[in-house]
Amino acid sequence: MKKEYDIIVVGAGPAGSTAARYAAKNGASVLLLEKDRDVGYPVRCGEAVSHEGVLQFIEPDQKWIASTITKMNFISPSNIKITMPIDRNIGYVLERRIFDYELAKLAANNGAEVVTKAYVYDLLKNENGVAIGVKALIKDEKVEIKSKVVIAADGVESRVGKWGGIDTTCHIRDMESCAQVTVSGINFDDDTLDLYFGKKTSPGGYLWIFPKGKNSANIGIGVSVEEAKNKSAISYLNDFLEKQFPNASLLTRIAGGVPCAKPNKVMVKNNVMLVGDAAHQVNPVSGGGIITGMIGGMIAGEVAADSILKNDLQNLKDYGVKFQKRLGWRHEIFYNFKNVFGGIKDESMDTIAEAIVKLPIEDRTLAAIFRKALWREPSLIIDVAKVFIN
Amino acid sequence: MAKPHLMIHILPDKCDFCGCCVGVCPEDAIELKESEISIIEERCTNCKKCVWACPWEVIEFHKDGINNLSTKVNSLDENQFSKSLS
Ligand SMILES: Cc1cc2nc3c(=O)[nH]c(=O)nc-3n(C[C@H](O)[C@H](O)[C@H](O)COP(=O)(O)OP(=O)(O)OC[C@H]3O[C@@H](n4cnc5c(N)ncnc54)[C@H](O)[C@@H]3O)c2cc1C
Ligand code: SF4
Ligand code: SF4
Repeated sequence: MKKEYDIIVVGAGPAGSTAARYAAKNGASVLLLEKDRDVGYPVRCGEAVSHEGVLQFIEPDQKWIASTITKMNFISPSNIKITMPIDRNIGYVLERRIFDYELAKLAANNGAEVVTKAYVYDLLKNENGVAIGVKALIKDEKVEIKSKVVIAADGVESRVGKWGGIDTTCHIRDMESCAQVTVSGINFDDDTLDLYFGKKTSPGGYLWIFPKGKNSANIGIGVSVEEAKNKSAISYLNDFLEKQFPNASLLTRIAGGVPCAKPNKVMVKNNVMLVGDAAHQVNPVSGGGIITGMIGGMIAGEVAADSILKNDLQNLKDYGVKFQKRLGWRHEIFYNFKNVFGGIKDESMDTIAEAIVKLPIEDRTLAAIFRKALWREPSLIIDVAKVFIN
Repeated sequence: MAKPHLMIHILPDKCDFCGCCVGVCPEDAIELKESEISIIEERCTNCKKCVWACPWEVIEFHKDGINNLSTKVNSLDENQFSKSLS
């Protein structure tokens, strides 16, 4: 390890590794620091991604694909199951432990230096509060390492941005408190994602079953912290498991949080750039943040390397603009959608589901479903209009 | 030694180190390492957001402060937690 780099990336999740990869590829010297002993572990994720999303960054490889997805089931509060074919854009359930490791390897192959068991506990700043490096605890030793730019890819628990003067706190309305188990010994449909909705089972969120092949699956839940103040995610999940899979063998269990907010207003300040969960780059409706975080990481890495090459750090601001153009505007619309969706009562959701389930599978396009929903629940028109006007 | 005004207590041996509490803390008052967690007492305002956020129910709120923890009640229902996880 050197005493100084062009760019230090904090956190080796998908966003951080991708930022490091593209920064190094574009000529910057890059240090990637990860607090955990192993990149990719523990896995706090349902692990579902789209084929198209992955393909932008890496050739799909069986060694990190647990199953290939062609269908989704949406299950209403009173258990009406709507099957949606998704064959035109298939998806995968990943082995993220291996996937994340491969992404870090790609960063290393492009010239980034990766150090694990490296906990960043503060920023080094100049007299104007501008970041000039990090303070880290590396294998239990305190070190100071300098850099021109710090990329905060430190996930849902992000603090680096705050030290750089950016407010990254996630409102409790938008934070999804999550619990997930990996179960085995049950025959799941290996090509289907199951999503359960309902205020009683998962207020302000949903419950998922994502198959991992070999009779195993990730079964998890996310609930809005604000809507579920008095009952925890693990309690909701236990209720579901007791009812649906009382005899399942549980291989692992994890807790987690997903910031289902609008993208952070400020993405760059004082030479600190935010990417991934740290920047709230998650799709606020689905909670999916792997690919979107990698997109953020790629843009940030490229802009950072370019700015350093041109010796113009004012140029870092471009990152925020580019992300907004690529994804941010869509996430803002999705966010408003989430609020409309969240306002639908369980009974209304069942009514809509009853209407949709009568459509033949091949006719279940998003537009057709939308028409059915509006026809059944005309008051939704006003809410939907708000989404686009807001 | 904790000052009497701190009302938040994390059960470190039960924590999963997931960071959900850190993400909602408005005061940057939670320190989370690979497998170590603690409240930064000088910053905490006892707002309870972390308590509500914790998926594992391992953050406790004690309105009389955390100095007299002998009288504490576990917010975590041990049975509920381990029933389907054993
Ligand atoms: C239960 C659950 C299910 C999910 N399911 C899906 C899904 O099916 N599909 C999907 O696309 N997304 C899913 N997500 C979201 C997805 O996991 C995240 O959006 C994604 O991991 C974000 O990537 P990231 O690189 O920003 O952060 P992370 O993957 O969280 O990586 C951040 C890294 O930074 C490290 N770090 C943090 N602080 C420091 C520090 N101070 N010093 C050094 N290192 C530090 C951490 O150890 C971590 O390795 C799920 C999330 C949860 C919690
Ligand atoms: S009570 Fe509020 S201020 Fe204190 S640690 Fe929890 S979230 Fe942070
Ligand atoms: S939310 Fe709960 S389980 Fe997660 S890190 Fe905080 S105290 Fe630990």
